[in-house]
Amino acid sequence: MVGIVGYGSYVPRYRIKISTIADQWGDNAATIEKGLMLQEKTVPGRDEDTITIAVEAAKNAVKRAGINPQDIGAVYIGSESHPYAVKPSGTVLIDALGIGPHVHVADFEFACKAGSEAMFVAYSHVKSGNMPYAMGIGADTSQGAPGDALEYSASAGGSAYIFGSENVIAEVIDTHSFTSDTADFWRREYQMYPRHGGRFTGEPAYFKHVLNATGIILEKSGMKASDFAHAVFHMPNGRFPLKAGKTFGFTDEQMKQGWIVNLMGNTYSGSSITGFSAIMDILKPGERALLISFGSGAGSDAFVFEATENITAVQNKAPKIREMLESNRTYLTYGQYVAYRRKIQFND
Amino acid sequence: MRDVAIVGVGLTKFGELWNQGIRDMFAEAALAAMADAGVDKIDSMYVGAMSSGLYSYQEHTASVMADYIGQRGVASARVEAACSSGSQAARTGFFEVASGAADVVLVGGVEKMWDVDDGTFVLATASDQEYEAYAGVTFPGLYAMMAQVYMQKYGLTREELAQVPIKNHRHAVHNPYAQYPFELDMKTYLTAAPVADPFRLMDCSPITDGAAAIIMVPLDQAHKYTDKPVKIKGIGSATGPIALHDHKDLTRLDAVRLSAEKAYKMAGVGPDDIQFAEVHDCFSIAEIIVAEELGFFPYGTAGKAIAAGQATYGGKLVINPSGGLKAKGHPVGATGVAQLIEATLQLQGKAGKRQVENAKIGLTQNMGGSGGTSVVHILEAV
Amino acid sequence: MANSQRYTREIPHRFRLEAQRFSDGYISLPNRYISPETGTKEFENITLSGKGTILSYTIVHTPSDQFKLAKPYAVAIIETEEGARLTSMITDSEFEDVKIGAKVELVFRKIMEEGHSGILNYGYKAIVVK
Repeated sequence: MVGIVGYGSYVPRYRIKISTIADQWGDNAATIEKGLMLQEKTVPGRDEDTITIAVEAAKNAVKRAGINPQDIGAVYIGSESHPYAVKPSGTVLIDALGIGPHVHVADFEFACKAGSEAMFVAYSHVKSGNMPYAMGIGADTSQGAPGDALEYSASAGGSAYIFGSENVIAEVIDTHSFTSDTADFWRREYQMYPRHGGRFTGEPAYFKHVLNATGIILEKSGMKASDFAHAVFHMPNGRFPLKAGKTFGFTDEQMKQGWIVNLMGNTYSGSSITGFSAIMDILKPGERALLISFGSGAGSDAFVFEATENITAVQNKAPKIREMLESNRTYLTYGQYVAYRRKIQFND
Repeated sequence: MRDVAIVGVGLTKFGELWNQGIRDMFAEAALAAMADAGVDKIDSMYVGAMSSGLYSYQEHTASVMADYIGQRGVASARVEAACSSGSQAARTGFFEVASGAADVVLVGGVEKMWDVDDGTFVLATASDQEYEAYAGVTFPGLYAMMAQVYMQKYGLTREELAQVPIKNHRHAVHNPYAQYPFELDMKTYLTAAPVADPFRLMDCSPITDGAAAIIMVPLDQAHKYTDKPVKIKGIGSATGPIALHDHKDLTRLDAVRLSAEKAYKMAGVGPDDIQFAEVHDCFSIAEIIVAEELGFFPYGTAGKAIAAGQATYGGKLVINPSGGLKAKGHPVGATGVAQLIEATLQLQGKAGKRQVENAKIGLTQNMGGSGGTSVVHILEAV
Repeated sequence: MANSQRYTREIPHRFRLEAQRFSDGYISLPNRYISPETGTKEFENITLSGKGTILSYTIVHTPSDQFKLAKPYAVAIIETEEGARLTSMITDSEFEDVKIGAKVELVFRKIMEEGHSGILNYGYKAIVVK
């Protein structure tokens, strides 16, 4: 059996309310909150970036897995906000956790699905017998241009998953990826903020890939919505994932645990997999969960998991994501947010 | 070893000296010291400078200074021990004269601090760069952490702490070389800009440009140069942990105690024999802790004793008659030498309105970092 | 001027809190060749847990340029549960909770950036545990 042996998440303590951003740009806060189904989003502290977020999430994953970090054979971090353009995030992480130096490390980028992509590769390594453990991480300090619709959702956080074949807590039952070249959202080199195709990000991009990936994995695995206790779909806003889930008959009840976007925002590479972390926090032995990511450009990774008896014992070994989201919050003004996010030019 | 005396002193005005670079300031002070001693040729020289490299992008300072004071050909070396560079240079010069290797040695100190924008960074290099400065701690921050513990442990109040800079500013009023020769009142002290809790600006010595120089000769030749030589009776230098966090007791500065013990032993005197002391009041709390480590007051009592007037004219002894680092100014590499100059002037009876009556034996104490180095000199009128 | 070499050699201490326990009990972070307490050269390598207590602290209002965007910030001298002493910036904590005797836990954070194009420096900071 191959599956998850440990998982962990991290979100910064800083928040900005959607209404604060709306007030700044003369948008109607109630309209935005209702339209995007968002209340607030996480903001990285001044000393946090994708690397530090990934490190905290990975430490929590190692705590839950209870393994020697030296036994991890591969570490992949997916992000669209790697702090360096050239120099891996993963090398900092392995040295911070005491993994390696005999370890394969790579940074992934695929818009919002780089995290699930990292999980996909980590899982494949273990399944092939290449190594006993591999870790896939998705973390971001997402960018959104000031005044752009993305600014309401782009947030910070991440999750880490360690795959293995012993003491598995959630077995991988099936996977599928659906990918095509679709220019719905991009960021060119040296640009601070991504650009997007507006409504083109919806039907031809998000829904096309998410619905195909979901439909095919359900068909491959011979399952239907009612076979799952929980499901999570990538959350660029509050509305899209619920609409996607309902297409296949998933109920609000099945989607509510993983739907953390209203409190967290869209953590890009960390979005769907952090929603999945919330599901892992409460998943019971024998229950199944569906994870559907989406990355612009565009593609969708689908995973079917089934919890084992081991899951209950590890859930309390590290902080749970909903507790992190609902406690210890520090709200920022727009001015503080701009300074924290370095949206203004400073002298060297 | 031969006995050694100071026979000439020279000092620049302390302050923000726009028109003078390090070589100008050093030359002004050194040539004044040579003129005071009546010498135009020296055998050897030492230059105390903490960071001429970071402040002025000039290393090889010792050669620059020899060249610019007309002494090409002499032996010259720079001595660095952070803020105690000046007195450490003096200690080195002392041993050269005492050993018989040279008869006329110039010891100078200099720092040009106003030419850089980020002086806080430069000063922090005197701490453990990788394990203190890297954590964001500043020099005021280090002494502030001593003050936090001291104030809690001994119940010292901000108002009592204030009496250190208030006293030193009062002393500086009569010092023509002082950077800030004016009185400081309690309201200004309490409401000054915060620097590092509990310190506000008036707890902290200023950024200063300045230079100081002295001439040392063997005591038995001293009367060739001056009617009033001042004997260097004792010297003590000691090191302590480089990082403040390695001090077992954050209200103590072991290096100061050890350096004082050595100097007292060499001089054959004790703290009760001292009429005045120039000590390293880089921050208000420093004068209090130093006064205790030097044995002037029992541990935990110096703050209240200073507040009660025991460290000014009419008290147990006068501490920092020059105004100290706080009011006279603190051009770091020059400070140790400037302390020796104040002690010399006091023992020669040349200190004007700040003269300590019947001054026979004086002490100087100069600190490097947060207690990583301390140097004590004991001087006597002869 | 990037100091990536200088930074890289401190990684075991700053990233993983690798320290030494000398046979006289003194704990050193970073490594030394000889104990400052007794001069013994015998030691074992240990990894600090990252849990500790504030021995003293200050709030820095006038930092060097490297830290100016973080001001004001707290810095503390911490004694770890193993008995090691270290200095750390405090992050993600309210100033009112930063006190002598407060419990802290070290976390992994970005310490500074070497300008717009130099390396990023990481290491430990402390969070007050309530």
